[in-house]
Amino acid sequence: MTFVKTKIELSRLQPGDILEVLLSEGEPLDNVPRNAKEQGYNVIGVEHVEGTTHKVIIRK
Amino acid sequence: MAETKKLSIIAFSGDFDKLTAVFTLGTGAAAVGYEVNIFFTFWGLDAIKQKKGRSFTGGNWLTKIFGFMMGGLSVTPTSRFNFFGAGPKIFRYLMRKNNVATLEELVEAAKVLGINLYACEMAMHVLGLKKEDFIPEVKDVLGVASFLNLSEGGQTLFI
Repeated sequence: MTFVKTKIELSRLQPGDILEVLLSEGEPLDNVPRNAKEQGYNVIGVEHVEGTTHKVIIRK
Repeated sequence: MAETKKLSIIAFSGDFDKLTAVFTLGTGAAAVGYEVNIFFTFWGLDAIKQKKGRSFTGGNWLTKIFGFMMGGLSVTPTSRFNFFGAGPKIFRYLMRKNNVATLEELVEAAKVLGINLYACEMAMHVLGLKKEDFIPEVKDVLGVASFLNLSEGGQTLFI
């Protein structure tokens, strides 16, 4: 579901816009960057925020 | 086995838990580039009704009773542990608490992701429903043959 919401937000952006996704470690952290790359988006970075929360930065 | 990324789901069940599975699978597949078709039949038609809540639809007293009993997504029961309507409330609470998408969010996501929604003609006639009774995102009213054509080359699930 995390990637579903990510995909929906990405579809609303203009090319070149940047999306920051806050997500939990585990499956979302594995899935979102991989799927974003497969779909042709540019994954600029993955950062640890605090605890089990991480941030994935994607450029359309 | 064909390699087209296509998923077709026959949504027969009208239960809260099974519809959640239908839309989770559908939106998950659509998010990773699958073409997704969902064919709502029989109890599944409850998920795509436009009117919120219970209403008396259809031409005769029998269909009106069904229209009342099948009140759409907000009152759909769970397949087990329904406890006179407490079941769905409990599950919605647990889902929200765990940050899992609710059924309504999944349906909205399905619309945004361009999932093809179809209504079964046969079931519509039996239950006295018309195309106008459904949400506008329903692409078409189909029979089995058309749906089988559409799902050709991909995977089909019955839920």
